[in-house]
Amino acid sequence: MSNTSHHLWHFHGGLKLPGHKAMSTGSPVARATLPAQLVVPVQQHIGEPGKLLVEVGERVLKGQMLSQADEYVSAAIHAPTSGTISAIEERPIPHPSGLSALCVVIETDGEDQWIELAPLQHPRAKSPTELRQLIRQAGIVGLGGATFPTAVKVNPGPRAKIDTLVINGAECEPYISCDDMLMREQADQLISGCQLIQYMVSARHCQIAIEDNKPEAIAAVEAQIKAEGLSTIEVVAIPTLYPTGGEKQLIKVLTNREVPSDGLPSDIGILVQNVATAVAVHRAIYLGEPLISRIVTVTGEGVAQPQNLQVLIGTPMAELIAQCGGYHKDAARLIMGGPMMGFSLRTDELPVTKGCNCLLVENSAEQLPTTMPCIRCSACAEACPAQLLPQQMYWHASSKNFDLVQDYHLFDCIECGCCSYVCPSQIPLVQYFRFAKTEIWNQERDRQKSDHARIRHDFRQQRLEREKKEREEKLRKKKEMLEKKKQQEAEQGDSAPADPKKAAIEAAMKRVQQKKAAQQTDSNDEQ
Amino acid sequence: MSLVIAVVTVAVIAALFGLLLGFASVKFHVEGDPVVDKIDALLPQTQCGQCTYPGCRPYAEAIAAGEANINQCPPGGEATMLALAELLGMEPMPLDDEHADMPEKTVVFIDENTCIGCTLCIQACPVDAILGAAKQMHTIIEDECTGCDLCIPPCPVDCIHIKPVKVEPDTWRWPLPEQRDTAPRA
Repeated sequence: MSNTSHHLWHFHGGLKLPGHKAMSTGSPVARATLPAQLVVPVQQHIGEPGKLLVEVGERVLKGQMLSQADEYVSAAIHAPTSGTISAIEERPIPHPSGLSALCVVIETDGEDQWIELAPLQHPRAKSPTELRQLIRQAGIVGLGGATFPTAVKVNPGPRAKIDTLVINGAECEPYISCDDMLMREQADQLISGCQLIQYMVSARHCQIAIEDNKPEAIAAVEAQIKAEGLSTIEVVAIPTLYPTGGEKQLIKVLTNREVPSDGLPSDIGILVQNVATAVAVHRAIYLGEPLISRIVTVTGEGVAQPQNLQVLIGTPMAELIAQCGGYHKDAARLIMGGPMMGFSLRTDELPVTKGCNCLLVENSAEQLPTTMPCIRCSACAEACPAQLLPQQMYWHASSKNFDLVQDYHLFDCIECGCCSYVCPSQIPLVQYFRFAKTEIWNQERDRQKSDHARIRHDFRQQRLEREKKEREEKLRKKKEMLEKKKQQEAEQGDSAPADPKKAAIEAAMKRVQQKKAAQQTDSNDEQ
Repeated sequence: MSLVIAVVTVAVIAALFGLLLGFASVKFHVEGDPVVDKIDALLPQTQCGQCTYPGCRPYAEAIAAGEANINQCPPGGEATMLALAELLGMEPMPLDDEHADMPEKTVVFIDENTCIGCTLCIQACPVDAILGAAKQMHTIIEDECTGCDLCIPPCPVDCIHIKPVKVEPDTWRWPLPEQRDTAPRA
């Protein structure tokens, strides 16, 4: 259990960044006030959107399912409180595009009335498959920010054998402290969640990795493990280095093993889950509660009282800022996520989603840096935690040479922003990689669409051809029939009329004549 | 004598290889033209006919036969032209003026109040993306529409209109950062 003896490794590159975390960890997690209206986006996860189960005007209870996961890679959403659905329509969602998407709008009634829950007292009596089903029903997604459906992730398949469960409490990005506060305050639920996931994937070991700049969290979790006397779960304090919280980087630090370029951690027997996800799993199984709220760090120099809030999904961001004392007079920029990987929001009239871990208010406006030409200093390559060559990728991405940029393993880029941070020419490298990724996805979509259109076009051509042939065939048959008939009629005209009716009459007449003849001979005999 | 041996040897070898080649050309005969398939795979399959050929495959056949240029496909734009140039080992060429790049992807929709159910558009659609029957209202299956606009001219009541494909958060693309290479040069 002691974390001192653990041997640790280093991943390539990385940055030591000022943490700014103490700013928001001064007070315990407060409950956000219940807003008058909640806007719950239907799609808050990676994968397919769910199927809506509710209608406008319907009254819903807290925890009632609003949309259900129909596809395998999908997640359900639930009503975060009781109220009436006033609209199901497109509303702006927190997304770098600033676009709108389908949302369920709930007018809250203040009663916060729960739907009937089905808590499980003895989850070990259920099979892992049944527990996974419950997690799926609860709409749990990865709460570290990636929002991948957890039910899919904890089902590594029959071939992959999970040896170690890694619980990610690194929280390496500056300013963000929601996982830190969660570990300090909900260590019991965290440990319970870890055990449940461990049971589901039958992992022998569980390592809870926490950066060493969070001594309170480490102490709280260690105390909980000691109190329960668990031997398979251990806390590992890891050095504070950005981006240790990246899945592949964390695995490298803990095990010195590397996840294959296009592979998953399960390929090397490891499953990584975020701490908040583990707590959500505990609540879903032991309390029967779906995922309807999360801890959000509201922080930055531009907000009056930075702190962590327990927030219902769908709460407008503006209300959270207001609860934290409002904006500083110099506040200039609102970011969802941290300063490295987050993205700017154009408005605060947006709902909190499952993936929203932090609202950062910066005082300086996003100044467009004067980009200078690349001087090939290779500082970006030294900083890259994925061991890529950002300068080469930048070159090919800016000239839209998407095949080449993929040859340089663009899709191993985790968009951590280290390269942009260290670039002396202030080139927004990550922006180029994001651009290239979405362009490549778009080309792939176009290709699929054109393949589909080709099949349909070919099929149509075939059908037209077939119809033409069928028509010709029909015509030919009809002609043949007519000709046959004509021929037959002509033949019948030559020979004696073989009318069956006439023949029958003739036969009957013959029989009568025969009878008559027979009767005559009989009477002759008598005489 | 040695001269005769050399000539005979070479002649025999030549005959053997000739037989081998002849056998291979029969045994490994390829139906159709694989180059046409490769070109066709790069074309956008809108079947719009803007290249002056009646569909993507005829255009691919024309390119393979050397009858058409690689810069005649407006829906494919520059990307398709570059891909074709690479496939065929040709120099990229600018798009024709009359085959200029199409700025934005579109689909069509039918104004259902105006549609008289004449089925003319259904016959024109190269990918069967229009649903309807005689004297019944028609509608476009948007997911199948390639935006070729071939259904618009036959419509007697002008009820088919073009609209841009809606960008969803899923299909949204990050813009290319503006390059501000304003380095002071000494």
